[in-house]
Amino acid sequence: MRRFDPYLPVIGVTGLILLWYVAVWIRIVDPVLLPLPTDTFRALWTGMIGGKLGSDFLHTVERTVLATIIASVIAIPVGIFLGASDRLYRSVEFVIDFFRSTPASAMFPLFLVLFGVGDRTKISVAAFGAALVILFNVAYGVMNARKTRLLAAKVMGASRLRILMDVTLLESLPQTFVGLRNGVSLALVIVVVAEMFIGSTDGLGNRVFEAQQVFAMADMYAAIFAAGALGYGLNLMFLLVERSFVHWSGK
Amino acid sequence: MLTRAGTEIGAKAGTTIATPAHVTIRGLSKRFGDVTVYDNFDLDIPRGQLISIFGPNGCGKSTLINLIAGLVPLDAGEILFSGKPVSAIKFGYVFQNYREALFPWLRSFENIEYPLKLMRMPKPERRVRVEQLAARLGVAIDLAKYPYELSGGQQQLVSIMRALVVEPEVLFLDEPFSALDYEMTLFMRDQLQRVFLETRTTTVLVSHDLEEAVYLADWVLLLSRHPARIADYVQVTAARPRNDDTLSQSDFIVTKAHCLEIFQREVRRA
Repeated sequence: MRRFDPYLPVIGVTGLILLWYVAVWIRIVDPVLLPLPTDTFRALWTGMIGGKLGSDFLHTVERTVLATIIASVIAIPVGIFLGASDRLYRSVEFVIDFFRSTPASAMFPLFLVLFGVGDRTKISVAAFGAALVILFNVAYGVMNARKTRLLAAKVMGASRLRILMDVTLLESLPQTFVGLRNGVSLALVIVVVAEMFIGSTDGLGNRVFEAQQVFAMADMYAAIFAAGALGYGLNLMFLLVERSFVHWSGK
Repeated sequence: MLTRAGTEIGAKAGTTIATPAHVTIRGLSKRFGDVTVYDNFDLDIPRGQLISIFGPNGCGKSTLINLIAGLVPLDAGEILFSGKPVSAIKFGYVFQNYREALFPWLRSFENIEYPLKLMRMPKPERRVRVEQLAARLGVAIDLAKYPYELSGGQQQLVSIMRALVVEPEVLFLDEPFSALDYEMTLFMRDQLQRVFLETRTTTVLVSHDLEEAVYLADWVLLLSRHPARIADYVQVTAARPRNDDTLSQSDFIVTKAHCLEIFQREVRRA
């Protein structure tokens, strides 16, 4: 029985598609609003292969990845610096927590003023949101480095810099990856929202929005699925990197 | 009065052991907030012998080795290793929590050679040193494995090797086996005895298990409740290598019973 366990997720997917067919057949929803799964997946396939959906997908990937890279480059060193001192972190903790709790979408008008209508605004708002999440996790990873491990290095005669490089940074890696995964997810959310409303002509958010405007429902669902697959894929990618890179995590 | 007791014991130790004192502690005082853990405390630790420290919970057993190893600053007093301060000597320290003391991102081999790396020893030499140590101690562990792939006892053995690889003057062990199950504890006691017989490094062991403390030690240091005094400093004369038979020999039983009596007297003292 157990050897079928890896296939268990198929049940959920099949169930959802069946439910979808039933909903269309017994007309729970207006057929204009809910096309057949087959129509939707055809739209997804043709859109991704040579259609506009494919290039929109790539634009969104580009913005999300760029935002995450910018956020990481800034947030990881700052997080290490702040986390290295308990008192330093506590003195800025409120500010970080406050802006981390502020919906990044509320910052669009401000960033529009700063960077104008275009990619720079979308990417920088997404980077802003992701950076705070990454920063917070990196700092916590550094602060929660096991005291025994730091002491062990100290006992062996390691300098403060050596302890930071050889122990603290590696200790904080699992938590850093948590931050990166949450950060990239948030960056995707912000990028897609930005693509919907801030004078965009491309990207998955724009695709969803435009399809909805002209009632091309199969195209709209196709774009939603593409966005879902992108989010899932990015998360999975980070998990796989983490598993090979931070092999000791959770052990 | 405390000083007198300390000196007297020190003198007694000096006369009964042929080996000279390796570590001398004079006038040691340490407070944590309102609690005075040590007040003008004197102690001699003989060279090349294994000392077990035993006493009531919270009496400052671990604090004592942390003070000697320089991990915790002294409020007053002096601790010298053949006349030198701790900063001038090499020592090894084994933590109770091997899981948190080893570096899980390094293979066992790399963990053991890490202190040599800090000393800027070239890689080929480090390799030789670790291999020699493993051979000398008869360690049968695949050192290419990561610590989390090893059993608890094996991990602690890796910790001990990491402490020994620098050829320390003094080896400190802070309740090294208390996180292991009983079967592994028995095995590790014998491993530690083997390490000691092989290296004859001056060893200070904090133990929470009286049988273990007596079984492993040349000298059992019994501490009182804080401020800690030397309740007794008992020599264990049983021949080495000791084994299961040692545990049932009358000398051993008498020594253990004596230590237990002192311990209980100190526990009851309110």
